[in-house]
Amino acid sequence: MTTQEVRLCGLLLQEHFGGVVEKVGTHLIRSGALTLRAIVQETNMSLDLVKKSLCVLVQHGMCVFGAGRRGPGWPVEYCVCVERVLYMLRYPRYIYTAKSLYGDTGELIVEEILQRGQMTMSCAVKTVADRLTQNMEDGCSMDYSEVVSAFSNLVETHFLQRCPLVAEQGSAPPPTTSTLETAPPPPAITCPPTPESNPDCYRLPQINLRGRGKRRRSSEDGEDQRGGKKPKLDNGQPVGDEDIYWQVNFARFHLHFRDQGIISAVACKLDQTSSEIVRTMLRMSEVTTQPSAAHTQPLSANEIFRALPPSYSIGRPILDQYLTLLVDDPMEFVGKSGDSGGGMYVVNLHRALANLARATLESVVQERFGSRSARIFRLLLRKRHLEQKQVEDFAMIPAKEAKDMLYTLLSENLVQLQEIPKTPDHAPSRTFYLYTVTQLPTARMLLQRCYKTVSNLIERRLFETKENKRHLEKSQRIEAILASLQTTGAEPTQLQEVEEMITAPERQQLEALRNHINKLDSSENQVDESIFLLESYIKSAGTTR
Amino acid sequence: MAGRGRGMAAFTFRVENLGISRANMPEARRGPGQLFPILECKPVPLEPGPGDDYMLSLKQEIRDTMRQLPCYLKPNAAKSEVERYKDKYAKERIQIKDEEWTPDWNRLPKELMPKANLPRKKSALKKKPKKLTSQEKDSVLSKLSELEKTDNVNADEEKEENVSENKKKGDDDNDEDEKEEIEGEEFDEEEVEEENDYIASYFDNGDDFGAGSDDNMDEATY
Repeated sequence: MTTQEVRLCGLLLQEHFGGVVEKVGTHLIRSGALTLRAIVQETNMSLDLVKKSLCVLVQHGMCVFGAGRRGPGWPVEYCVCVERVLYMLRYPRYIYTAKSLYGDTGELIVEEILQRGQMTMSCAVKTVADRLTQNMEDGCSMDYSEVVSAFSNLVETHFLQRCPLVAEQGSAPPPTTSTLETAPPPPAITCPPTPESNPDCYRLPQINLRGRGKRRRSSEDGEDQRGGKKPKLDNGQPVGDEDIYWQVNFARFHLHFRDQGIISAVACKLDQTSSEIVRTMLRMSEVTTQPSAAHTQPLSANEIFRALPPSYSIGRPILDQYLTLLVDDPMEFVGKSGDSGGGMYVVNLHRALANLARATLESVVQERFGSRSARIFRLLLRKRHLEQKQVEDFAMIPAKEAKDMLYTLLSENLVQLQEIPKTPDHAPSRTFYLYTVTQLPTARMLLQRCYKTVSNLIERRLFETKENKRHLEKSQRIEAILASLQTTGAEPTQLQEVEEMITAPERQQLEALRNHINKLDSSENQVDESIFLLESYIKSAGTTR
Repeated sequence: MAGRGRGMAAFTFRVENLGISRANMPEARRGPGQLFPILECKPVPLEPGPGDDYMLSLKQEIRDTMRQLPCYLKPNAAKSEVERYKDKYAKERIQIKDEEWTPDWNRLPKELMPKANLPRKKSALKKKPKKLTSQEKDSVLSKLSELEKTDNVNADEEKEENVSENKKKGDDDNDEDEKEEIEGEEFDEEEVEEENDYIASYFDNGDDFGAGSDDNMDEATY
């Protein structure tokens, strides 16, 4: 774990679950797997709070537990998955994606599940239907069956999945450590049970919610029902899925993001039509391609032609031209794998990621160090190894400036120096000094920078909020007063009087604060896009090796 | 530049070989960089993308709602020296909120379950047989008295009166004893709860909650 990751995790935990969980979480991240006792002792917190925090973390899938390193029979050990904690940064994007794919219902389902960590289907359906009904006009209501169908759509497309079974439980009555001995294979804490190991991972349970479709839920009891975690119907009848919990399948969302990234990159690089062709190819191979595959299954030009939506009106010869164009493009999004069937084409998923990551690196160098440094950087990326003199010549930059830029890049670790001695004594006069750019380590470094950036953004936002706490509280109070006055039907003059309690400069300050916070928040969202790209590139580079 | 001269002299080769001449020797670096270096290039403005505004509002909304959810843990408020009037209401409010979330204990290690549930369960177990015995006692007593009546038909009337009186007394005593026992038990539980401060725990899995008697006890704690 790097310092930056730990810091960002701490801030995220703090923001979503409060300071207590943050303390337990960061301690667990720093020290790896720990037993409950050890956590309590080392954090100096009350047992009760530590237990609650662990419950919260486990509920949200951020903490795994299992028999410790010492094998079964020993106390349960807890371990925080840093990756999962960092996904919290991406919550808005998951929800937005669900909205764009499955409308408001899908959005609310994903949002509820993300906020609660895991939920039973019946509970999620009920909460979402209630929330939708509340937003509707009077007299309308949301049918449960509609929400159920949205839910099953999400499950069918694997955006939701069942939570992995807890293996170590089963028949474990008392909280003694000996219960672990009864469990057949104790899950090592390093490899928690994957959701996919469950054959029923994407199977919907039979729930008897269908009979009770419409139900109005007006505002008076909506508040109580919102938190309804107990899967109980009004008549106390069991719903049938009490112990089946669902969680968001982040991996599936990431695949979707990756595909979208490739499609939009093609649209930027070439044009809309070619991006539609790539979209069609990706959609066709969605099911057949493994999530970690380097490229999609080969598709023949004929197949692609048939699968193209007729609304694009792309003729066969035009399609062939586009495919040739795509294959010839230096970004290598699409590759040709054979000539049969009018040519077999694949989408180079990993290469596309690598190229996108490279473009990100280049643009970072360009924005931070100017376009001429970026020229040197690109030159090194293309030519792999160059001597200083060659860099100056190829980049066509005066020697002094080129040196300056090269050394700056070197000191920022964006460029590496490789020594190749001609003689074993490493004498500088008889040594080649080759400058080079290694993409993967540089991407890793940039990723850490991104984590640091987000942490800084969050901290800045907290600082801004703290500085203006008084104003914020005042405006909140006045808003509350206004709302209550409006419901009681106060006169407009009265309302205006209350409104004027915030002076003009205060109003200005509040406006400025809102602007700042909005900007900081959007920056977080955008940095996360870079984080996602770099993370998936690093992951893909790890699997291709 | 004596230092530099000495440095140059230390090289056993001509520095010019490296492409460095005296004129374009870069400046030496002194110490670590600044904590907040001056930005030479201003950051580019954010790139407006589709759905950015929506994601922004989503982000802020999530942040606000998460704060109200039960998984947002607040540290245990330190018990103040002075008992305040508002404490009671504050606690009640917290409890109402807390009841919202009860994790599925089947999915969590058993050791995480708050202990508050355990004594209560025990007491429930204990109480049941007690109640039974009280009923049984009644029936046994009535049986006994019947038996006594039938047995003592032949005995002296004085004796019979004595016995019945004694029996009555005994009956009353018994009842009182029982009451005391139950009360004592309840009291014990209260003590335990107060000691651990588990009453404010929202990991109450609600199973034995709402049974009526337990509710009353909870109220009595405050």
